[in-house]
Amino acid sequence: MLVAVSFALFALGLLGVIVRRNVLVMLMCMELMLNGVNLSLVTFSQQMANAAGAVLVFLVFVVATAEISSAIPIVLLLVRHKHAMDIGAYADLKG
Amino acid sequence: MIDTLLLYLFAGSAVTAAALMLVLHHPMRVALALIATMISLAGVYALLGVHVIAVFQVLIYVGAVMVFMVYAIMLLDVREHSYTRRFSRLLVPGVTALAIFLAIVAHGLWRELPPPRGGRAGALFNVVEFSKMFLSDYWLHFELVSVLLISAVVAALAILKVGRRKHG
Repeated sequence: MLVAVSFALFALGLLGVIVRRNVLVMLMCMELMLNGVNLSLVTFSQQMANAAGAVLVFLVFVVATAEISSAIPIVLLLVRHKHAMDIGAYADLKG
Repeated sequence: MIDTLLLYLFAGSAVTAAALMLVLHHPMRVALALIATMISLAGVYALLGVHVIAVFQVLIYVGAVMVFMVYAIMLLDVREHSYTRRFSRLLVPGVTALAIFLAIVAHGLWRELPPPRGGRAGALFNVVEFSKMFLSDYWLHFELVSVLLISAVVAALAILKVGRRKHG
């Protein structure tokens, strides 16, 4: 049951990244995907009675923190530059 | 009995709040829905007996990451049409691709998932055992994580410096 929940969280996060327009909401949906993965890691490590999964969850926590700490300044600069939080306004980043 | 009930309750509220994240308009409400998801997941972890992770879920995710996010939302309160028009042009292809992805993963998951071994692994996850193992067996990962954090700090400073130079 919990694997299905984690799968649902990951899928909802992925859908949010694809369909929403606001940059900050997209970042939050990425966090939701990480949370889904964390739940599946904890579930499996509990079922297998193995703590490696729980250690990996800690690493995911740190990676999420590092990601946010560098993503938020980038978003701040982009919004200050373009005066828009809509992802469509950043179309000129396309190569 | 009550544990199972609570587990279903927390899991249901996590999925409901995650679904709300897709339909709410204002980023602040989306952030509050994400906080609700994270707290529900902390409840799930606590019910599974993994108290260390439940505590860190609240401390790190809700206490640090989401507070940072809420500050960023308050800082960037730009009223614009991405608030009212929530979805991009990719709505239909995105939902279609997601449905196909869900079908493929669910098919693979149901066939190849190993059966649960049963038995609770509570002793493995109490704080003393967990921290001993974390700092003895996994010390290299611990050190690598500290390097990652330092590089994230340097990266954030470098990004802000670039912005300052551009704006004088």
